[in-house]
Amino acid sequence: MDLDVLLQATASGLLIGMVYALISVGLTLIFGLMEIVNFAHGEFLMLAMYAAFWGSSLASLDPMVSLPATVGLLFLLGVLTYRGIISRILNAPMLAQIFATFGLGLFLRGLAQFFWSPDFRSVQNPFLAGLFGGSVNVGTVSLGVPQVAAALLAGVAFLGLYLFIDRSRTGLALQAVAEDRATATLMGINSDRMFALGWGLGVACVGVAGAVLATFYYIYPAVGVVFALIAYITVALGGFGSVPGALVAGLLVGLVEVVSPTLFGFSPAYKYAVVFGFYLAVVLVRPQGLFGRF
Amino acid sequence: MGPGPRPHVPGERGTAGTGERVDAEIYGGEGITVAVRRPTVAVRWEDTMRPRHALGWNVLAILGLLVPMLAAIAGGAGVSAQDATPIATPAPVVCPPDAAGAPEGGVVRVGGILPLSGTAATVGNDERAALQLAVDLVNQDRGEVPLPLAAGAGLTGLGGAQVELIFADSQGQAEVGQSEATRLIEDQQVAALFGAYNSAVTRTASAAAERAGIPFLNAESSSPDLTEQGYYWFFRTSPHDGTFSEGIYDYIESLNANQNAGIKTVSLLYEDTDFGVNSAEALTAQAQERGLTIAGEVRHATGASSLTAEVQALQQQGADVMIPSSYTTDAILTIQTARQLGYLPKTIVAQDAGYADPAFIQAVGGGAEGIATRSAFSPDIFEVKPVAGQVNELYRAVAGKDLYDVPARGFTGMLTLLDAINRACSTDPEAIHQALVETNLGEADTIMPWTGVTFDENQQNELGRGIIVQVQGGQYRTVFPQEFAVAEPIFPLAPWDQRP
Repeated sequence: MDLDVLLQATASGLLIGMVYALISVGLTLIFGLMEIVNFAHGEFLMLAMYAAFWGSSLASLDPMVSLPATVGLLFLLGVLTYRGIISRILNAPMLAQIFATFGLGLFLRGLAQFFWSPDFRSVQNPFLAGLFGGSVNVGTVSLGVPQVAAALLAGVAFLGLYLFIDRSRTGLALQAVAEDRATATLMGINSDRMFALGWGLGVACVGVAGAVLATFYYIYPAVGVVFALIAYITVALGGFGSVPGALVAGLLVGLVEVVSPTLFGFSPAYKYAVVFGFYLAVVLVRPQGLFGRF
Repeated sequence: MGPGPRPHVPGERGTAGTGERVDAEIYGGEGITVAVRRPTVAVRWEDTMRPRHALGWNVLAILGLLVPMLAAIAGGAGVSAQDATPIATPAPVVCPPDAAGAPEGGVVRVGGILPLSGTAATVGNDERAALQLAVDLVNQDRGEVPLPLAAGAGLTGLGGAQVELIFADSQGQAEVGQSEATRLIEDQQVAALFGAYNSAVTRTASAAAERAGIPFLNAESSSPDLTEQGYYWFFRTSPHDGTFSEGIYDYIESLNANQNAGIKTVSLLYEDTDFGVNSAEALTAQAQERGLTIAGEVRHATGASSLTAEVQALQQQGADVMIPSSYTTDAILTIQTARQLGYLPKTIVAQDAGYADPAFIQAVGGGAEGIATRSAFSPDIFEVKPVAGQVNELYRAVAGKDLYDVPARGFTGMLTLLDAINRACSTDPEAIHQALVETNLGEADTIMPWTGVTFDENQQNELGRGIIVQVQGGQYRTVFPQEFAVAEPIFPLAPWDQRP
């Protein structure tokens, strides 16, 4: 097998892996905080992509320009979701919690199809796709500029998230609430506000992912489903609630998906089977995932 | 061979299911059932929630339960029946005196199964508009449109009976298509079924029709073996991938002959569905007859989140021409990825589907330029066949876009079915079957580039054929065959960095 091909596959796998990681981190953040799996996560991604698309088609704003607005919008959406739905079902049975977000996801997808039609859209002439002619060559490896930018942005988002959670007082308060809600409340931390913040942050992360994804991926109401499945596997692989776990698992999933067909010479049709098989193998040894707390 | 032909047993359908289901039109019904049935389990889960590690396992278990559901259930679209227009004066028609005539209420119900949500929802909804247009032409007196049944209101053979289309959403999934087919037959008492775009759905839905003894007309699925199962009730107006594949290779041969293209090797990219696999089989079989070498084939999962590994494999094969068989999402992603990785064969000739969807051009922009696809239809036909242009005007008024391949084939198929029901002078399945067998539409009776519609012994239309269209200046232009061509084929594909 050709070394160049392997290098290309590795690079492509890492790039898409960063995007997977970024999509997953919001999910894991919310779970780590309050042990709720957000099944509307893919739909939040879809909404972020539509936000980038409409910004581009109605106001001629490149997704990179409208990125702060998209992220702000998604943050708000996260907080609203918490205030409007999640805070009301915090003490409900687990299945009620699951179906609340699951139902929200279906509702959002239906809403998107109703208002924006099921047509496939894509951002026309995004700035990143035109930069350096759309791709850069490192040796024999060709890297798409939007993909590289997406990976870099994901890296920045992870760094910011890490600094915020681990170094800021608010971040420490978040951790305290995640650790033990009752004790944190006794220490004077408003856990309700922390939950809202967690939802805002988690959904904002998917906002970053949606904005960059919109520069090189098609957009339609069910686009979230494609990535949600990967996100759940990534979160479970990295360990529920672990931010570094999401990063490592995202990269692993991306790598396994792209490199394994090249490396072992099987049909790419089986790549998802390999990804899920890999996941199974890991959780058999470490049921809590790579970095899981449980 | 599938189950053999089976005569209709009068009264065997439709009585058992009626009234058993209160409202089958609510979507996501399966999901609701799960939600209702599980609380007892939830209580047990709650009791065992601590110690904390057990929670992790429960989450995994629930993920395992929910993730496939999430993937399976697409949101949004439901079922709706169009309002019936008042019955006008019936026009005279020649019917045998013993014909059963119009059903009670003067309404003939036809079930339409389409992917109204999910990955193929764009095409599904566009076809839905075309089917409704065909029915409206029949229901209203539209003498100005020179197509069968347009003149005179309703089905004149059934005393001016109105046609009511009842749509069901298959979500593009075989099992949903089958249960929807059964529901339409049992609860809605449809006289015939129509659909279902995705070959895999057509297979299961037509099996349900076969069991129930109801005619099933398919106008847009292209898996060759759908008409080779020996089904008694299954008819197809559209050419299948065998016919279409011949068209693709005819085009490649003409490129070799006229443009000195020197195409010798072929890469096949196809999705892992009924459509993709059958298309690849037809293409492989015919490549050998044409003296072309298959350099390799790459099968991909439908609706993939990335196609990098797939495009890399194609790049390795380095064939002269790439022939993809994929739906819209994967078509878009394939070309985006090819551009990013710099994969560029001499030319790309697609097996329809996603590559013939205008959304594909819109999404990949300059990347689509020069890509050819076999199609069954092209707006260029409006110039050659004025009636097609006329129908397109009507279609644009309701759908907001031009007719293209699938809606055009759906429109034609629906008219063919209604023509047969009209000649059957009854909704008796056996009479409709007989009328379908006797179908004889001429070149002027369809809006397609066909010589007409007549069914062979497999109940496959033998007068259909495909054309090759190529994206030129952001439009599909017919480049082959000669008699429908409006532009010269562009060969080879322009390098990626020389595109807009």
